[in-house]
Amino acid sequence: MTAPIEDLLRELTPQVLGALIRRHGQFEGCEDAVQEAVLAAAVQWPDEGVPDNPRGWLRTVASRRLIDQVRSDRARRERERAMAAEAAPEDIPDTDDTLVLLFLCCHPTLTPASQTALTLRAVGGLTTAEIARAFLVPEAAMAARISRAKQRVKAAGSSFSLPAGEEREERLRVVLHVLYLIFNEGYTASSGRHLHRADLAREAIRLTRMVHAQLPGDGEVTGLLALMLLTHARREARTTAGGDLVPLAEQDRSSWDGELIAEGTELVKSSLAGPALGPYQLQAAIAATHADAATAGETNWAQVHALYLILERIAPNPVVTLNRAIALAETEGPQAGLALLATLDADERMAGNHHLLSVRAHLLEKTGDTAAAHDHYRRAARATASLAEQRYLESRAGRVRPPATQTRGEGPDQITT
Amino acid sequence: MKFLISMHINPAVLDALTDEEKAAIGDGHGKFMDELRQSGELLLTQALADPSQAAVVTVRNGQPVVTDGPFLEAKEYLGGFYLIDCEDKDRAIELAAQIPDAAIPGLGVEVRQVMFSDGQLEV
Repeated sequence: MTAPIEDLLRELTPQVLGALIRRHGQFEGCEDAVQEAVLAAAVQWPDEGVPDNPRGWLRTVASRRLIDQVRSDRARRERERAMAAEAAPEDIPDTDDTLVLLFLCCHPTLTPASQTALTLRAVGGLTTAEIARAFLVPEAAMAARISRAKQRVKAAGSSFSLPAGEEREERLRVVLHVLYLIFNEGYTASSGRHLHRADLAREAIRLTRMVHAQLPGDGEVTGLLALMLLTHARREARTTAGGDLVPLAEQDRSSWDGELIAEGTELVKSSLAGPALGPYQLQAAIAATHADAATAGETNWAQVHALYLILERIAPNPVVTLNRAIALAETEGPQAGLALLATLDADERMAGNHHLLSVRAHLLEKTGDTAAAHDHYRRAARATASLAEQRYLESRAGRVRPPATQTRGEGPDQITT
Repeated sequence: MKFLISMHINPAVLDALTDEEKAAIGDGHGKFMDELRQSGELLLTQALADPSQAAVVTVRNGQPVVTDGPFLEAKEYLGGFYLIDCEDKDRAIELAAQIPDAAIPGLGVEVRQVMFSDGQLEV
């Protein structure tokens, strides 16, 4: 399939699905019908050309599929009669149901993994096979997950409309979290070997742009989009050609994407001018501060620290404190950072956490305590489930290996604590 | 997150079970697999042939040497595994507890996270 047709189909998917649900109800059946219509278009359009009214084409084909489904279901005979009596669907005016669909796919009764999969299929227009590939699971497992998610949404009896008031706020936070998860899933993919996973980051950006277009005044939506753009701008620099991770301080900043940084920075500025301040806006502001430094040495760490301090107040979380310790170490020295890390030792959520071990290792290295740094890098390497992080941590451990064990070459390490 | 749940079987413990108890284990695994398939959490499951049927292969001076029997003489052997993809470690443990072997005295199942190639640095 050619890229323009694919883009068009992905853009039309939520619109056609929304229109179909508005007409017939039954999210589950409509979603299947639209997916089939999109697959049919992907086969026919490259050969026969894109129809004059692609949205109308998809709606007609999807409606037919839906009627076929209903026909094949004896228990639904009544509904079939009602539907057959209706006139053929016309192309409806542009009501963009993307937001309503997102709220439905990110229904609170679903697990984050199900919300993510359903969103990518119903709103993103990805096929089950594509989603399965992106999450490195067999297609059958992903199909089961999506099917169960649709059953849950149906069982919850959710109506196809935007929730009102406070519920709307809460549900929007869930939607943003799901988009953030999709982005992270793609962002943590190392370049080269998992290109299909890196596409998830682009897809998350596309979907967040859609939400931003609908809710341009929402500071957190703007903040999330900015955070994604500013993070995505560093994608080329964050891994070597061989897939090894490159820490922020050592990244080649000339390979950062200047256009994305400019757009992200503008969005941060406009969102910070708004009335409310949320976690995504603050994280985006931190990313913008890093992007603003031509070299790692020029980073405005005092500003980074101040932003983490605000973030810690409005959304307390040990990971935020961990990141603040890194900034504090830059402004007040590694001992100050280590003292802040010590406050996390009593937090059960951080027990044995490899991020805590690796940040402590890093700060210990800065104090010159190479033996303790070595030990902490090794412990962090054992604690992570990421092969890329493990390689990085092992190499850092190798750099600060105490002279006594260095002479033993690649032999087993004696330090165990 | 992907996890491997491995079932360590002890042939002596299994031999001591009644036919009904053995059948209940089989039924329990069948039910467990059905539920995992429906939830979309099952990636792969396999049972392994008895350790007495194993071969250990070593290459010495470029020549493969094959010896019969398991790699280690032990009371417990890997009897089979489930490769699952679920929300978090808590869920993996919750699932592991549903495997019938876990409820048999003298047997247990082990939950280990599967490593992934991607990563993210905080510094």
